[in-house]
Amino acid sequence: MHELSLCEGIIETVEEQAVVQQYSKVKTVRLEIGKLSCVEAEAMAFAFDAVARNTILEGAKLEIDEVPGKAWCIKCNEEVEINQRYDGCPLCQYYPMEIRQGDEMRIKHVEVE
Amino acid sequence: MCTVCGCGESEVHGHSHEQDHKHEHDHHEHPHDHAHHHHDYSLGEAGVHVAGMDQSRLVSIEKDILSKNNQYAMANRRWFNQRAILALNLVSSPGAGKTTLLTETIKALGSTSSVSVIEGDQQTSVDADRIRATGVKAIQINTGKGCHLDGHMVGHALDELKPETGSTLFIENVGNLVCPAAFDLGEASKVVILSVTEGADKPLKYPDMFHAADLMILNKTDLLPYVDFDVEKCCDYARRINPGIKILQLSATTGEGMHNWLNWIKLNQTLAQTGITEQGTAS
Repeated sequence: MHELSLCEGIIETVEEQAVVQQYSKVKTVRLEIGKLSCVEAEAMAFAFDAVARNTILEGAKLEIDEVPGKAWCIKCNEEVEINQRYDGCPLCQYYPMEIRQGDEMRIKHVEVE
Repeated sequence: MCTVCGCGESEVHGHSHEQDHKHEHDHHEHPHDHAHHHHDYSLGEAGVHVAGMDQSRLVSIEKDILSKNNQYAMANRRWFNQRAILALNLVSSPGAGKTTLLTETIKALGSTSSVSVIEGDQQTSVDADRIRATGVKAIQINTGKGCHLDGHMVGHALDELKPETGSTLFIENVGNLVCPAAFDLGEASKVVILSVTEGADKPLKYPDMFHAADLMILNKTDLLPYVDFDVEKCCDYARRINPGIKILQLSATTGEGMHNWLNWIKLNQTLAQTGITEQGTAS
């Protein structure tokens, strides 16, 4: 549900940048979403279309790059890939893990006219 | 907080935002040269034509999706800090007992602390009415269809509520363990409340919230004899998500364990009043 608010945040930020970086129509928005973040990509795409209406982002395509989750295992002394926040180390099953990557929710760039 | 949000105009006035300057350019019409290989057709300056793409260009944004909310939250946090106000964001599922915990807490703190409350619910002012009945200031935010409070809403509530310098502000978020996790309100700590009538595996099911919280309160412990709830397992799950989380067990109804929670509040009140460099004026 909060994807709707997140999309409002995206639109607000992209519209604000339209003034600074001088563009008037957005064709594509590229996001970087971490696997461990609280965002569901499909819900995001659905919400985006609705929220973008009557803005300079209307009809824009939302592209989402998923960033894999990575965490540090203090037992193995190694960075390993994890899929959930509660995952233990895939090598030795130890937890808790120190999360290093996968929290991201970023607007990377927009393709504009 | 209208000076911060310029409400209704979807622009931020009167503030400089670090992030806005990270990627400043002399020529704003030029895209970043570190822009992205998968769109190299648009990397050239105006005049470099690629069939069908000649009007397009890439503009780097490089901002957190939550950056707008975070700006509002930072403004709130600064406002609290200047006034030595302890702000706590209480989150839980619906029915975990937030409002009862809050009313009992207010009664127990009594005249030792000045308290005010922001109540977030989708509809009704029932909770704010319950809080006001204890004699403290409360303001209700109805989020309508929204599932969480955000930094902007709280900023406006502060304008109206005007919490006193050195006071404690409880923000009772919308009952929801998902969405409020991502939205910083400017609070000192998120306090997540879980009751023993819920599943012990909630920390694993809703990891974002337990990761974001500094304190977990296990409420309704008076009901433990009647329910199948593994306290140890629940605490282990919570620490698996968030190794530093503090856990208190209590029953707001019987008062059992409440003193630990009140101590935690008092310690944090002291912390909020320590090291304040700039004394703001309540306005």
